[in-house]
Amino acid sequence: MNRRDFIQHTAAAVAGTSVLLTACKKNSAVSRQYSENTKPAEAMTTRVNPNTGDHVSLLGYGMMRLPEKNHTEGENPIDQEAVNRLVDYALAHGVNYFDTSPVYCQGFSEQATGIALSRHPRNSYFIATKMSNFWPESWPIEESKAIFERSLQFLQTDYIDYLLLHSVGRGGQGLSGMEVFNGRFMDNGVLDWLVEQKRIGRIRNLGFSYHGDIDVFDTLLRWHDEGKYHWDFVQIELNYLDWDYANEINERNTDASYLYAELAKRAIPAVIMEPLLGGRLAKLPPSVVRQLKQRDIHATPAAWAFRYAGTPKYVLTVLSGMRYIEHVQENCITYSPLKPLSEEENAMLMQIAKELYEIQEVPCTGCNYCMPCPYGINIPAVFGYYNNCLKEDIFPSSDGMTEDKAFRRDRKRWLIGYDRKIPHMRQADHCIGCNRCIAQCPQHIDIPLEMHKIDQYVEQLKQSI
Amino acid sequence: MKPKSHILRTLRIVLASFFFVVITLLFLGIGGRFNIWFGWVAKVQFLPALLALDFGILAILIIVTLVFGRIYCSVICPLGIMQDIFSRFGKRHRFRYSPEKKGLRYTILVVFIVCLIVGFAPVTTLLAPYSAYGRIIQSIFRPVYDMLSNTLMVFDMRMGGYHIGYTEIWMRSISTFAIAVLTFVGLGWLAWRHGRSYCNTLCPVGTILSLFARVSLLRIQVDESKCNKCSLCERNCKASAIDSKTGNIDYSRCVVCGDCLTTCKHGALEYKVFRSQHSDVSPEPDKKKRAFLTGAALAVGSVAIAQTKLKVDGGLAALSEKQKPQRKTPITPPGSLSAHHMQRHCTACQLCVSACPNNVLRPSSDLMRFMQPELSFERGFCRPECTVCSHVCPTSAIQPVQREDKTAIRIGHPVWIAENCIPVANGDSCGLCARQCPAEAIMMVDYTAADGRRIKVPAVDNERCIGCGKCEYLCPARPFSAIYVEGNETHHHE
Repeated sequence: MNRRDFIQHTAAAVAGTSVLLTACKKNSAVSRQYSENTKPAEAMTTRVNPNTGDHVSLLGYGMMRLPEKNHTEGENPIDQEAVNRLVDYALAHGVNYFDTSPVYCQGFSEQATGIALSRHPRNSYFIATKMSNFWPESWPIEESKAIFERSLQFLQTDYIDYLLLHSVGRGGQGLSGMEVFNGRFMDNGVLDWLVEQKRIGRIRNLGFSYHGDIDVFDTLLRWHDEGKYHWDFVQIELNYLDWDYANEINERNTDASYLYAELAKRAIPAVIMEPLLGGRLAKLPPSVVRQLKQRDIHATPAAWAFRYAGTPKYVLTVLSGMRYIEHVQENCITYSPLKPLSEEENAMLMQIAKELYEIQEVPCTGCNYCMPCPYGINIPAVFGYYNNCLKEDIFPSSDGMTEDKAFRRDRKRWLIGYDRKIPHMRQADHCIGCNRCIAQCPQHIDIPLEMHKIDQYVEQLKQSI
Repeated sequence: MKPKSHILRTLRIVLASFFFVVITLLFLGIGGRFNIWFGWVAKVQFLPALLALDFGILAILIIVTLVFGRIYCSVICPLGIMQDIFSRFGKRHRFRYSPEKKGLRYTILVVFIVCLIVGFAPVTTLLAPYSAYGRIIQSIFRPVYDMLSNTLMVFDMRMGGYHIGYTEIWMRSISTFAIAVLTFVGLGWLAWRHGRSYCNTLCPVGTILSLFARVSLLRIQVDESKCNKCSLCERNCKASAIDSKTGNIDYSRCVVCGDCLTTCKHGALEYKVFRSQHSDVSPEPDKKKRAFLTGAALAVGSVAIAQTKLKVDGGLAALSEKQKPQRKTPITPPGSLSAHHMQRHCTACQLCVSACPNNVLRPSSDLMRFMQPELSFERGFCRPECTVCSHVCPTSAIQPVQREDKTAIRIGHPVWIAENCIPVANGDSCGLCARQCPAEAIMMVDYTAADGRRIKVPAVDNERCIGCGKCEYLCPARPFSAIYVEGNETHHHE
């Protein structure tokens, strides 16, 4: 039994015990038996895609963080039954946009999405998938075509409603974003082939998802203006932190305010990704949660983030990678119907964004694109733990007072928590700085640099006794 | 009939329980303040004090024996108390008087002393009773304790606490584990069947103390006028020291447990100042011969124990376990002065191994240093702020080191193996060892690989290296690190 199994099994036993204990508690007298947590499908806000007239639900389902089961290396990690239940619930409550990719969930996302959706009528949902020909081996047109055909087969359909050029703007291996774009779509004729597929009806809407080099974004929109290519929709990262601070957090990224304004100018529908920054905006520091609760005692931080992302009118749908049914329930309610943000509420979120920016988290969304690190480091887990401590304000700093009780308590807590979360051989101190991960990161985090900073912090903490 | 209790016996049990529990907790590695408060319990052990040349403690132990007899064996020695616990499980009235096996006893003592003088560690460490107990707890019960701790940790996590950290459970040495199991089973069986046989024939400490106990001031004596020769005391004496026929008691073997005081229904036995009652009768020669090979069994079997491994899930690169390089000179902890000093003074009790919080110390499997601690860096490195082993060592094999001095003791020097080095092997730029070295003993320099590539590789400065092993531990090359520490035979001091 390895460490993870051990912890899981024991945790299950403990959980079982606590369920029994809770069951024994008596309800005190309350007049209301339960609080409503569902809304009918019709209540879901929809937006109309001007190109095809599709009525798209404002909440879209991102199939990147699907529930997993216990699995061995290389095996299908997805818990299909759980996926089916989630998809059924989402469809029943008005969600009709499902966004997947050939590379999600170690390559098993499309297959799982296909299995879950094919149990429902094809005209009751829209499928979005991507041309994920990232690796130079997949640049020859035959390879790219094969990726598309495989998508159709896995998704058990003859046509894709929304097809995206996946993650344009990313560079790597010494190539600029534009050079990579040309390699993936232009020099090999893949984009022209996709346009042809749209003409013959195998693709209904053609667009792209964007991360990174702003040159590519601007160029593609210029082509749209010039009539060279028509973009039916564009997928961008938008949330109240990235609106004004994306560039401040990392100078290689562009503020969402600019990206959205460029799309709105041309009335191109925007599909929103990372409305929660991989969950970081769902779990906020207690001081921030207090501000939000003060304004609306029922609303969760996630609901605020979703209302923010759904309010701009050119937003077609907001994607959420929902792993648990509770997340689906909550997000459906938030958008059934959407209560657009008032000016005042918007100003409050902008103020919160400033506070969050000042905490200086590592801007990791836990997408796992950097994994596996060839040297074994669990990059998202290290960043996740570090960020969590920042948020929970467990950041022991001794200022030379190493005998201080509060410092010693926090120090112990920090180090014990670090070892519990991440085995030694996968911690930050093992980063050799090979820099392979940098090109993979959609957030353009200088991962080795951040790893070294975290390691220095840990080392200093360990020595301060 | 329930035997009535006797104040001396009760006192003995209370004291013994205290020593036993404290020393067991020390060996379980409970650490922290406990080591500071109760570390002395390990330091009053006879052999460790002898090896530490702590004449004060030795004098006290000898005086105590001269006054009270061998109460050391009943109260302070954890191995003796462990045997008493096993003895309790046997049938009552199962012991018989047997004469002292003087020849065997003194032969073993002489061999032991010779080995101690010439520094032949395997024999001394095997026979030392305190160390045998340490090995049993460290190798067999420590993992159980750690599993319990990890289970409690899950509860702790559930309650949102940060009191208990995760403990890695790993096999530090198969041969030491095998020895510990053999000792535990062998002594357990022996104690269950024959009481204190080990203590009274094999144990060198028992033999040394018996020299003083023979003439101790207070002794248990039979009042012939009250004795009706029922032999109940003889049949319940774990030490087989009471000859009820003659009324003689062998004080070289009596450990003053006080059991006979409660057994005798006539109050014929008393613990008091000794007065000779009758002339010595030489005991009958023993006809039974027992083979006491158990304790000396050196069988190093290939005991198959599943080592706890960390599984990797889909998102993580598989990492093979690091393997220990073949060091020409063992690395011994700062404070141990030299490999030679360690070999001469260590009784292989495993207290330092238990106490090491960085998973660095483990028992050696080299015959000449068998079960004595050595450093290796597959699971951690000798952290600069840690001096725990030097403070728990009862024998002065590892002498106390202050944190400030630790970085001035150079226990080893680095060795670089070009073929293993990542920049040479696969072209990735690395430099982890240079960046992480706390002593700035590693620097990256230009290098031309065999195929003409210009790369940066680590160069080592032996004069700066303190041998902490951080480079070896963190080196991404697997299973063998590209940079490893070779021990300094004598530690270099700045």
